Amino acid sequence: MPVRLYLNGVSKSFTMHLQGGTVIPVVDKVEFSVNAGECVVLGGPSGAGKSSILKMIYGNYRCETGQILVTIGDDIINVAASEPREVLRLREDTIGYVSQFLRTIPRVSAEEVVAEPLVAQGASEAEAVEKARGLLSRLNVPERLWTLPPATFSGGEQQRVNIARGFIAHYPILLLDEPTASLDAANRAVVVRLVQEKKEQGVAMVGILHDQDVREEIADRIIDVTAFASDEAA
Amino acid sequence: MSVFTSDDPLLQVHNVTRYYGDRIGCADVSFDLWPGEVLAIVGESGSGKTTLLNCLSTRLAPTTGAIEYRMRDGTMRNLYQLTEAERRLLMRTDWGFVHQNAADGLRMTVSAGANVGERLMAVGERHYGNIRSTADDWLGRVEIDSDRIDDDPRSFSGGMRQRLQIARNLVTHPRLVFMDEPTGGLDVSVQARLLDLLRRLVSDLGLSVVIVTHDLAVARLLSHRIMVMRHGNVIEAGLTDQVLDDPREPYTQLLVSSILQV
Repeated sequence: MPVRLYLNGVSKSFTMHLQGGTVIPVVDKVEFSVNAGECVVLGGPSGAGKSSILKMIYGNYRCETGQILVTIGDDIINVAASEPREVLRLREDTIGYVSQFLRTIPRVSAEEVVAEPLVAQGASEAEAVEKARGLLSRLNVPERLWTLPPATFSGGEQQRVNIARGFIAHYPILLLDEPTASLDAANRAVVVRLVQEKKEQGVAMVGILHDQDVREEIADRIIDVTAFASDEAA
Repeated sequence: MSVFTSDDPLLQVHNVTRYYGDRIGCADVSFDLWPGEVLAIVGESGSGKTTLLNCLSTRLAPTTGAIEYRMRDGTMRNLYQLTEAERRLLMRTDWGFVHQNAADGLRMTVSAGANVGERLMAVGERHYGNIRSTADDWLGRVEIDSDRIDDDPRSFSGGMRQRLQIARNLVTHPRLVFMDEPTGGLDVSVQARLLDLLRRLVSDLGLSVVIVTHDLAVARLLSHRIMVMRHGNVIEAGLTDQVLDDPREPYTQLLVSSILQV
């Protein structure tokens, strides 16, 4: 299968100006690639930089050095050197992100929150909402909640809305940041099936999954992030 | 469809500087704005954001620098070389300006319907029935009941006035809208409603927006890109979530860390 994503020499640190310019090294010389249809899981303890790597791929964090190359058809785009507009375009049609927490917007209903990425890709409102309802139903979000804004939902319900939002559209690259963190066994199984469907569609995935069972079921490869630890004393 | 595909910027700002005597209002600001893009200018009071907004919207001539705008016929024109007639036409039709204080952008002594209709008449609409029905439609889009169409805005609440001001600005289908703290001074619940409304309208109409705000949550919700200003200079700029989640400059880090969590 073709390579969809390639990280090469990626480094990240934070300079905390409010703490006297303390530099916190995060990762150094990250290098790995992900093929179409493959799910790579980032391993390592909390604080090893797993989330930071996902956020750099999504263009949410900047990286100090290195390239994050994304293949789109015959084109290769370096996310790390892209203009804001290019990153936004990539997020619309190429890179999806399932984060741990839903950022709710006042007055926007759960089904609209879920449908939004599909509408952004050009689907009609009706078609997108129908697909959204299908996913919310698969993820066992009670139907009476679909038309309500998710701000007042429980943590687990919000997360399932977020998962539905992350999985509704097709992106060649999908980033999973602990999608199963506060889910019960039945819903974890649904997420596992959703991931398997994405694999069959050739989606390249990078995930952070602390849940051992889920990880064993969906990971094709585990990359130990501690291998990219910065040489201390930065 | 994606709004990020156009190759031609709508607005090009080159080294805009404005002095007030010896004091700097804003210094050496350059950026491009593309169709459908929302740019937030953030910073504390006195940072130069309103000065910049006024320069961009031809309300205040820059001391040096140039601002070019793509007219509807596709030509790029230097805003400060337009004739007065051209500039007025632009402001009445192709642009909108949403003031923090709605009374600055509305005519307080004429009806809500007339406030919206007036902009239509300015672009040549003469048929009373059409003007009234379009005004009514726009009041509906900003969630003002039809039965308030003949009331004047003095009888409206702050939130309603702000929504009316938005309707008045958008009725001519502008391509570029300037907003100066559009949610400032409103209750939070009123603010949330207004933000949601703005977010939908901006995306449905594919508007380009330059919005000045000191509220980073407003910037995050509405904008694609952000410029952080301090002492008249742009100190950091980029993708909104990147600047807010991974701020580089000491001042931006201070701004982001000063947000109260609820």
